[in-house]
Amino acid sequence: MNCAECEVLLHALIDGELDAGHAREVEAHAATCPGCAAKLSAFRAMREAMARTDLKGTAPAHLRNRIAAALPLSAAQVSAEIITPRKFLQPSRRMFFGGFAAGTALSAALAATLVFTVFPRDQEQTVADEVVSAHIRSLQPGHLMDVETSDQHTVKPWFDGKVDVAPPVIDLTAEGFTLLGGRLDYIDGEPVASVVYKRRKHVINLFVAQRLGAAHANVTDRTVQGYNVRHWSAGGLDFWAVSDLDPAELNEFVQKISAAFRGSPS
Amino acid sequence: MTGDANAEHDKARRFRDAALPYLDDVFALARYLMRNAADAEDAVQECYLRALRHFDSYRGPAMKPWLLAILRNVCNAEFSRRGRQDLASDYAADEPAAEQPPLWQEPLASPETALLRQHDNDTIRRLVAALPQPFREAIVLREVNDLSYQEIAEVAGVPVGTVMSRLARARSMLRSAWNAAEGSTAGTVPGGVS
Repeated sequence: MNCAECEVLLHALIDGELDAGHAREVEAHAATCPGCAAKLSAFRAMREAMARTDLKGTAPAHLRNRIAAALPLSAAQVSAEIITPRKFLQPSRRMFFGGFAAGTALSAALAATLVFTVFPRDQEQTVADEVVSAHIRSLQPGHLMDVETSDQHTVKPWFDGKVDVAPPVIDLTAEGFTLLGGRLDYIDGEPVASVVYKRRKHVINLFVAQRLGAAHANVTDRTVQGYNVRHWSAGGLDFWAVSDLDPAELNEFVQKISAAFRGSPS
Repeated sequence: MTGDANAEHDKARRFRDAALPYLDDVFALARYLMRNAADAEDAVQECYLRALRHFDSYRGPAMKPWLLAILRNVCNAEFSRRGRQDLASDYAADEPAAEQPPLWQEPLASPETALLRQHDNDTIRRLVAALPQPFREAIVLREVNDLSYQEIAEVAGVPVGTVMSRLARARSMLRSAWNAAEGSTAGTVPGGVS
């Protein structure tokens, strides 16, 4: 092996890309050639220094959000919009979806390829589907919270003027449900307050509004697209809790919320 | 939902699960190719949208080199649209003029060049970013994206032999610039043979 060959192959050697036969040849040449030996050790040292360096960095969070929003996650979002009967497509709702402008072209292209049949369905089921769609949308990066705080006294006033009810914001941290914040969402064409909680890795959206589905004093259970949904009415408000949390824990959450709500002065 | 809707939803979900984990890799290559964060972000977004469009026909290779090859095409298309090969780098934006990368020279073969200066992260990134194409691309695919020679060959569309000679040249240039650049406080350290 000559120096010219060695100068190229030594890189393959330090990159671990050389077969055993050629590796031995490079090493044998370097053993007799001080120039090539010096290069081999210098390039090795440089490679090690680069390996210790963070050359890659991290993509900024806003880029991740931008891309996630541009992808048709959006499949859920698109279908929710299309299967929704006409009456739900009110201006406020369109404005809401307008916020996803980055994904609009792509979503529209996808939507054009999809064919849906709209069946009349009972309102309770429609709302259940909508809250689950809203829950899925909220899980996309950057969509979960409009106001992010574990302080109930920050979340509650944030809803003032955005929804026509004062949703109870109950701190259940001590009970193992962490308050993450709040979000304005749209269900059935109406603005709805969502108070967001978390247990371990599981997000719980608690949607609160007036006349959202049929009034039930007792908690009704259902499962939509694998998510557990609980609906009950109290104090003139409808509550919808949605999560992938297991049913027993979601029931515990519902029980704590309704107990605290009954006990609260508001 | 109809079957079509489920299929699209499923496809989008599979794409996200498969492709989003490589965002840091894709963004890193975009930064070194575009040498400007805003252009890099646009290129990355375009890359992901193109990748989704072609996801139906994706049968391999591995997801990371596939995405990086798409990104490289996006960047090259952008360069030819602008009608020039290279753009101002924002890696050097905060550097005083005296620390601009030197002109390229072949390294000396004398033993003392086995010494290697110590540099901080920013300096090393700047030195890599200052390498001319296609050597910059080769070294980034190798040292940053951690691709094999075969994968680099596929991404860059050249034979493996060309990858090897580009890497050799890239490292020679980098080493010259490395030793010419002002070192950090520690000065020089022995070149690695112990």
